[in-house]
Amino acid sequence: MTVGLFIPCYVDQFYPGAAIATLQLLEKLGVTVVYPPNQTCCGQPMANSGFEHLTGGCNRLFIDNFSGFDYIVSPSGSCVLHIREHLHDDKQPELAKTIAHQVWELTSFLTDVLKVESLPARFPHKVGVHQSCHGQRGLHLSSMTELVAPNFSKPGSLLNMVKDLELVELDRKDECCGFGGTFCVAEEAVSAKMGKDRVADHLKHGAEYITGADMSCLMHMEGILKRQGSKVKVLHIAEILNSEG
Amino acid sequence: MTTETKDHAELAEIFNKDEDRVDWHDETLWWIRAKRDKSVHQLPEWEALREAASGIKHNVLSNLNAYLQEFESAAKANGIIVHWAADAKEHNEIVHGLLAENKVTQMVKSKSMLTEECHLNDYLATHGIEVIDSDLGERIVQLAGEAPSHIVLPCIHKKKEEIGDLFHMYLGTPSNMSDPQFLTETARGSLRETFLTRKVALTGVNFAIAETGEFVVCTNEGNADMGAHLADVHIACMGIEKLIPKREHLGVFLRLLTRSATGQPITTYSSHFKKPRAGQQMHLVLVDNGRSIQLGREDFRNSLKCIRCGACMNTCPVYRRSGGHSYHTAVAGPIGSILAPNLDMRKYADLPFASTLCGSCSNVCPVKIDIHDQLYKWRQVLVKEGYAPTGKKIAMQVMAKTLASPTLYHAAGKMGRLTIKYAPFAVSNKLNPWYKQREMPSSPEQSFGEWYAKNRKK
Repeated sequence: MTVGLFIPCYVDQFYPGAAIATLQLLEKLGVTVVYPPNQTCCGQPMANSGFEHLTGGCNRLFIDNFSGFDYIVSPSGSCVLHIREHLHDDKQPELAKTIAHQVWELTSFLTDVLKVESLPARFPHKVGVHQSCHGQRGLHLSSMTELVAPNFSKPGSLLNMVKDLELVELDRKDECCGFGGTFCVAEEAVSAKMGKDRVADHLKHGAEYITGADMSCLMHMEGILKRQGSKVKVLHIAEILNSEG
Repeated sequence: MTTETKDHAELAEIFNKDEDRVDWHDETLWWIRAKRDKSVHQLPEWEALREAASGIKHNVLSNLNAYLQEFESAAKANGIIVHWAADAKEHNEIVHGLLAENKVTQMVKSKSMLTEECHLNDYLATHGIEVIDSDLGERIVQLAGEAPSHIVLPCIHKKKEEIGDLFHMYLGTPSNMSDPQFLTETARGSLRETFLTRKVALTGVNFAIAETGEFVVCTNEGNADMGAHLADVHIACMGIEKLIPKREHLGVFLRLLTRSATGQPITTYSSHFKKPRAGQQMHLVLVDNGRSIQLGREDFRNSLKCIRCGACMNTCPVYRRSGGHSYHTAVAGPIGSILAPNLDMRKYADLPFASTLCGSCSNVCPVKIDIHDQLYKWRQVLVKEGYAPTGKKIAMQVMAKTLASPTLYHAAGKMGRLTIKYAPFAVSNKLNPWYKQREMPSSPEQSFGEWYAKNRKK
């Protein structure tokens, strides 16, 4: 099985540790991983701002970079959701459709495709999980508190495989952190307030680390934690799942 | 109103200057959301009910012309006088005409978001007619000279102490009296007088049944009934989308409506109006006001399924932290943000952007409107129609060009990282909205791409 590794642009530039952990974790699980070096961005920042018509260049680049893999895996629910819902190319519509269906978010790839049942990881800390909305409500990585449906959590089930890790309960299990792409600057006041409230929930329950399947939400909450001078850190879930035992 | 010139982000920023109030507003509405969750989890068939309601409304919207005609003839046969209004202006003129015909200058009105949408009170005031709102929350905002901030809980933005002050000023209660029980009793006493002396009562309509020509009005306070039963003339105003085909469909909606709205199993009063009592006139005004245009917009048609429960507002993390007035429209929150641009794209171009697209609104919607997807789609429409600010347009073009080229992307990424590392003052300053309340991410030595090239050589 050959997997194309799709690393979101801001992870590539600012959080290489999350990307390295994703690569190492997949390799550890016996997967052949290739990182196409000419990849850039999925196009979501433009699309969510109302400029989807400007994403043609990103779409073509994505198709050029990721044709021919068995699967495409990315450590981001949000970017994966964008590709699944919006990747298109008028010149090669079928290929675009095929690729859009081959894209997987990391944790669901581990639970649903690789069917991982144990991991050699150890992380002796209290950890709060942030349910990023696009992964949760868009890709159904976890059950949602609004719906009358059975409880499940793909990221949660993986974290439960990590030795000595203690998950903390939150008052609001799946409230948005307020990042929202360009929303974080266009609606600065509400965005920051949402982030502060989310962080406070984790702090109240004694989390030492906040983790999740989307680095963008974590980047937003990290900015708030650092401003508050907090010792609590954010880590992408891949970094915890890849931690050595 | 002064809010007209400010957009959602600016109004939300003002609201956020008082963080304690934001916390109080957020927690009050979250409490209602939690009550809703508890109540819906008691029904194993909840999701099936939502699906059924969505399907019934889909049928209504697909055959609206036929159902409207069926409803009109059944209502007429029952003795109801039916009026058609193409827009807000016609609606207001029809209501005013009925008041003039009956030579009255005072009217009592139960909650009707449609009349808020049409700005009926303002219109009637300019014609010398005094309207008293009989819904307690609406009466409170009316005394305050404000618009409702929430469609189900019109004065949810007001603390009980502020309501006490208003009642002290207008209803003669002692100063510094904020006991909710006492204030409610006072309002009840004052409204009782209104109910007894008004000849004309206006109500909204929650559901109109095509098969029987009757309509149903849901209130928790019984104020619609008090008004309508004591008046010589009952005027009911409804948007044309409020129809359901048969009486047997009503159960689906009544079970969904109040569980979604407040977590109650059923509204206290679900009153059925079928025909005028002897000597009474019953008028029904069917209002389009942009609805048929929305019906023609394929991507946004489903928004007309809305039964005005307000669940999307209670769950919306942005609404809870920006307040209803920041949406500067009669129907606030996520649903208002997909309805308002249909009426005026320029005026409401900001609203579809007042969301993180978290999707919680679509999950609580009892008629399964794809609210967050429609917010995304409105953004595309508004930009294409030319309502994006020039600065944003240029920024997006530069961004799209950079991200479409690996060379430009790698250069820009490197420059960004170097800037944060060696010239942090260039980004960590007041001009950067991110930095106002958040630190910038730290700058790593190398990007993942650079690391990969060094560590995974073939």
